[in-house]
Amino acid sequence: MTRWAMVADLRRCVGCQTCTAACKHANATPPEVQWRRVLDMETGEYPNVKRTFVPVGCMHCDDPPCMHVCPTTATKKRADGVVTIDYDLCIGCAYCAVACPYQARYKTDRASFAYGDAMKNEQSRFEERRLGVATKCTFCSERIDAGLEKGLTPGVHPAATPACVNACIAGALHFGDVEDPASNICVLLAENQHFRMHEELGTGPRFYYLWDKGQA
Amino acid sequence: MSFGPRPWQQAHWDWRAATNFICGGTGSGLIMVLAAAWLDSSEARALLLAGAALVGIGLTGVWLEIGRPLRALHVYFNPRTSWMSREALASLPLFGFVLLAAATGAHAWTLCAALSALAFLYCHGRILHAAKGIPAWREPWVTPLILITGLAEGAGLLLAASAGFSAVAAPTLTVFAGLALARILVWRGYRARLSRHCDRRALAPLDAAGGTLWWTGTVLPLAALIFAQFAPAAAAPLAALGGLAALGAGWSLKYALVTRAAFNQGFSLPVLPVRGAR
Repeated sequence: MTRWAMVADLRRCVGCQTCTAACKHANATPPEVQWRRVLDMETGEYPNVKRTFVPVGCMHCDDPPCMHVCPTTATKKRADGVVTIDYDLCIGCAYCAVACPYQARYKTDRASFAYGDAMKNEQSRFEERRLGVATKCTFCSERIDAGLEKGLTPGVHPAATPACVNACIAGALHFGDVEDPASNICVLLAENQHFRMHEELGTGPRFYYLWDKGQA
Repeated sequence: MSFGPRPWQQAHWDWRAATNFICGGTGSGLIMVLAAAWLDSSEARALLLAGAALVGIGLTGVWLEIGRPLRALHVYFNPRTSWMSREALASLPLFGFVLLAAATGAHAWTLCAALSALAFLYCHGRILHAAKGIPAWREPWVTPLILITGLAEGAGLLLAASAGFSAVAAPTLTVFAGLALARILVWRGYRARLSRHCDRRALAPLDAAGGTLWWTGTVLPLAALIFAQFAPAAAAPLAALGGLAALGAGWSLKYALVTRAAFNQGFSLPVLPVRGAR
């Protein structure tokens, strides 16, 4: 069974936010909505301070609390692990947004554009059905599906891979099938030490963070 | 909104969502207390209707908050896992049984309404508990806290209303005092168990509301009731004061819980990335 997952190599991420920009470009999200964002975390005290850039977003959890709490069944989980939202079912109660431990969900009640009035590209890509409902990262599932139909491999072929991964300038973001031991991300997970965010909550996030090479 | 790693206050549920927990809790608590008190009078029927009206006001608050109000009936689509769907479903028999009880005066309908109210109030607690993104809500003791504070508010409202209608019955006073004490005990248990993930900025408004719950919601009403024993002439106003104080303190706690203590847990790294040669 295929299970799509993402891997972020924290040693490589430089916090350039190109993934954020690529996501906004690919998904036409309004201002202040960042389905893929990069946290800038400082730890320690001067002069021993470390800075870490941490890409976050929907973790497409194995056991997503957002799906369980959704009163409308708008939030679903596909067989390949991608958590989706049916914009036509969602009532915009935002229960999913408060249930998500990763603050990955957004609700925009009014149309907003980067410079006030909508530019031509914003007009052409504006979707009224996204107003007043929950939205979040989709793992670019339409790219995955279209790529698979063409016989491409998500995570290997850019046309079948999420936009944020394609755009990463540092090779920090990776995407692939975590159930396939030969996949690119399984190799990375086997060769490196990794963790998942807030793992103690039992949500089973499908977003892995590499932090060091594997122990010999 | 801050997108940083530190916890921040959720901005999705505001006073409109709090209205549901406040009015719905008091309304369902009032219906349950009325059923337990076995009252049979026109005043009791009016209070039953008032309880249902409070539940309706709470649900209207939620309706005002949702992004797509015209699709509100979709809320019934997921009773299999969603406590919000279950809450909406529990409200239907609650309204129906209250109307039947008010129309016929048969206590059996009042008991059915009370059972529906119990289910409705339990759903409130579980709604908060299922919100894993908010440490102050996902603590399991939030469910008994919501249950007991709803009951105490209902008893407070009944006490205040009874003082206005007629002499307050001794069982009503006893039930009210017991619920007020039970509420402060459950609050203490909840507060002691709040996880280490709970941000200090979330604890501050909770502690302020907890102080109000102790002094205004427990000490003042109980002192008023005790004082009333020695001053029968002032018994009615003192009972009303005690009931309203307990009611207000419960509302204050739930308002703080929903709108001011609802910090998420932010992000944290269990380990830092190891860069360069070791």
